[in-house]
Amino acid sequence: MMGFLWFWLVAVMIVGYVVLDGFDLGVGVLHLFLVRTETERRATLASIGPVWDGNEVWLLAGGGTLYFAFPLLYASAFSGFYLPLMIVLWLLILRGVSLELRNHIDVGVWRALLDGVFGFASALLTIFYGAALANVLRGVPLNADGYFFLPLWTNWQPGVLPGILDWYTVIGGLVALVALTLHGALWLSLKTSGDLEQRARTVVSPLWLILIALTVVSLFATIAVRPASLDNYFRYPVTFIVPVGVVASLAAIRLWNRKRQPLKAFLASCLYLFFMLAGACWGLYPVLLPDSTGAANDITLARAISGPHTLAVGLAWWLVGMALAVGYVVFVYSRFKGKADAHAEGH
Amino acid sequence: MTAEIIHRLHFAFTITFHYLFPQLTMGLALLIMVLKTVALRTGSETWDRAARFWGRIFAINFVFGVVTGIPMEFEFGTNWARFSRLSGGVIGQPLAMEGVFSFFLESAFLGLFLYGEKRISKLMHWFSAVMVFLGSWISGFFIIVTDAWMQHPVSYTRMPDGHFEVISFWQLLMNPWGLLQYMHNMTGAVVTGSFVMAAVGAFYLLDGRREDYARIFLKVGVIAGVISSVLIIFPTGDLAGKYVAQYQPAAIAAMEGLFKTETGAGIVLMGQPNEETGQIDNPIVVNDVLSFLIYGTTKAEVKGLDQFPQDQWPTALPLLFYAYHIMAGLGTWFVLLMVVATLLLWRGRLFTSRWALWALLLSFPLPYIANTAGWMTAELGRQPWLIYGLMRTSEGFSSTVSASNGLFTLLGFMGLYALLGLLFTVLIYREIDHGPEPKKPATEAAAAD
Repeated sequence: MMGFLWFWLVAVMIVGYVVLDGFDLGVGVLHLFLVRTETERRATLASIGPVWDGNEVWLLAGGGTLYFAFPLLYASAFSGFYLPLMIVLWLLILRGVSLELRNHIDVGVWRALLDGVFGFASALLTIFYGAALANVLRGVPLNADGYFFLPLWTNWQPGVLPGILDWYTVIGGLVALVALTLHGALWLSLKTSGDLEQRARTVVSPLWLILIALTVVSLFATIAVRPASLDNYFRYPVTFIVPVGVVASLAAIRLWNRKRQPLKAFLASCLYLFFMLAGACWGLYPVLLPDSTGAANDITLARAISGPHTLAVGLAWWLVGMALAVGYVVFVYSRFKGKADAHAEGH
Repeated sequence: MTAEIIHRLHFAFTITFHYLFPQLTMGLALLIMVLKTVALRTGSETWDRAARFWGRIFAINFVFGVVTGIPMEFEFGTNWARFSRLSGGVIGQPLAMEGVFSFFLESAFLGLFLYGEKRISKLMHWFSAVMVFLGSWISGFFIIVTDAWMQHPVSYTRMPDGHFEVISFWQLLMNPWGLLQYMHNMTGAVVTGSFVMAAVGAFYLLDGRREDYARIFLKVGVIAGVISSVLIIFPTGDLAGKYVAQYQPAAIAAMEGLFKTETGAGIVLMGQPNEETGQIDNPIVVNDVLSFLIYGTTKAEVKGLDQFPQDQWPTALPLLFYAYHIMAGLGTWFVLLMVVATLLLWRGRLFTSRWALWALLLSFPLPYIANTAGWMTAELGRQPWLIYGLMRTSEGFSSTVSASNGLFTLLGFMGLYALLGLLFTVLIYREIDHGPEPKKPATEAAAAD
C-alpha cells in the first residue's frame, strides 16, 4: 500500500516539474524563433522571470523524494545515467546563468550570445528529459546488485546492451522537445500581447500536427521495445482512460487555441503532459527500472522502497509541505496573472 | 588517481564553489530584513533603496547558488551511489524536506520581492523579505541535519542487508551535533554578509560617493559584524570544538597537531605537522592552553594521535591542521577588526577613519576563506569515515563510475565554474558600481533599440 502510494507521489512530483518547468523550457526554445524586437524579448522573459527558479525546485524536491523513498533506485539510476545527468546539470547551469546575466548586461552582442545559450540549453534539456524517460521505459542492463553504467551511445539499437541514445530514446527526446515547445507557445499566447501573441498562437498548429505524429510513433515504439508495458492496461481495462485522455487533451489544445482561449488551451496541454507521464508510469508499475538483459534483475517497488517509519514520517511532512508549496505556487501565479509587462523594472 | 580520490575531489570541488553563494545569501537575507524593517517603520526611501540594492546582489547570488546547488543533490546519487543506497532512508529525508519546505518558500517569495513590488502592498513586500530569510535559514538547517548525521549518527538501526533506517525522525532533526553546527554555521554566514555589506560601504566612502548609503551599509554591517564575529567564537565555536573533542577525539588531535598525548597540552599557533616524525616542525606553542580550552583546566590530559590506530587518523592530516588554523586565525582577526570598528562608530569617527575603512574593504574575502576552511575542518576531520564510525569513505563512492568518467566530469565542472566565477565577479562589480540609485527605466532602454 505504502509502495503504491509513494510510487504515485513521486510521479506527481515529476508531473509537477514537467508541467511547470516545461513551459519555461518551451519558451526558451521558442524565443529564438518567434521574437523579433527587444521589447518582445523582454516581454517573453518577463513572462517566466518570476517563476522559472520556483519551477526548477520541483526537480530538486522530486529528486529528494525519490532519494528517501527509493534509495536503491536513486543510487542505481543516478550512477548508471552518470554522463547524461552531468550534461543535464551543465545545461541547467548554463541556462539559469544566461537568463540571469541577460537582465544585467545591455551590450547587444553579449545579449545575442546569452539568448543563444539560453535557447540552445533549453532545447537540449527537453531532449535529454525525453530520452531519460525513454531510457527508463526501455530498461537498462542491471547487474544482480542493481547497478549498471550506460555509455552515451553504442550502436543506436535498443537491445540488450543499449546506450543512452538509441533510435527509441531519440524519439522520446523529440516527443519532449515538441510537446514542451508547444506548451511554451501556449504559455506565450497567454502571457504576451500583440504580434507576439499572434505568432505564438500561429506556431501552435504545425507543432500540434508534429506532436500527434510523434505521440503515435512513440506509443507503438514503446510497445515494440517493451511489450510488457501493456500488461497493466489489459489487467485493468478501465485504465485505457489514460490514452483516451491523451487524445482528448490533444483535441482540446487545438480547439481552444483556435477559439482564442489561451488559458484553457494551456491547461489542456498540462493535461496532455499529465496523461502521457501517468500512462508511462502505469506501463511500468510496479517496476521502477526494468532490466534490459532479460535476467530478471528489475528494480521493483518492493525491492527499492524504504522502511515503514521513514515512509510514515515522510508522508506526514510531505502532505503538509506540498500543501504549503502548492499554496505558494498558486499565490505567486495569481500575483503575476495577466499579461507580462515588458517594461517591468525587474530587479 | 584512484576512483575514490576523484569522487572525493568531485564533491569537494563542487560543494566548495557552491557554498560561496549560500553563505552570502543566508547572511544577507537577515540584513535585508533589517533594512526593510527600518524602511517600513521610518518610511525612509533611502533605506528602501538600500534594501532593493542588496536584493539585487542577493538575486545574483541566489541564482548562482541554485544552479551550483542542484549538482550537490545529484552527486549523492551519481558519485556516492553505495553510500546513498545504504543511507538514503535516513538522510534522503532532510534533503527532500529542504526542497519541499524551504526552496518553494524561498523562490516564491524571492520572485515577489524582486519582481512584484508594484503589485503588492508595502507590508506584503516586507513580509516577502521575511519569508526569503526564513526559507534560506530553513534550507541551511536541513543541510546541516544531513551532514550532522554523517558526523555524528544518531537514532538509526542497521538492517541485515546493511542499510540504515531511522528510529526516531525527531531525534534525527534534533541531533545535538547538528544544533551546535547550525548555530556556528549560520553565524558564519552572517559574518560573511556583514563583512560584505560593510566593505561596500567602505568602498563608497573611500571613493567619495553615495555617502548616505555608505553610512547605512557601514552601520548595519559593523553592528551585525561585531555581534556575529563574537558569537562565532563564543559560544558557538567553543561548544562545537568541545563536542568534536568528545566524539571525534582523533579529529581534534589532528586539528591541533597533537601527535602525543599530553597533560597540560599546549596550543600550536603555527607550524607544519610532520607525519614522518610525528611532530610539528617550526612550532609556536602556548603552554597549557589546549587543555584549558577543551576541559576548562590547564592540567587536563588531551589524547594525542598516538592513542588511535593509524588507519583511523584523518587521511589529509596536514590540510586539516591548516584549514582549522586558518579558520581560527581569521576568526580572531574578525573580532579585533569589528570591535575597533564598533568603537569608532560609537565615537562617531568611523566614517572619517580612512585606515579603518581600508581594513574593512580589504577584509571582505576573509570570511569566505574562513567559512570554507571551517567546512574543510569539519569534513576532513570526519575522515576516514563517510558516516563516522560506521562506514568508510572508501566504501561509499559509486563503484560503477570509473575514475576516468569521474575525471571527465570533474574537469567539465572546473571549466564551467571558472567561467561562472568570472561572470559572477563582473556582474557583482557592475551592480556595486551602479549602486542603489534607481535604474534607468526599462522603457528608455527599450526605446533605444
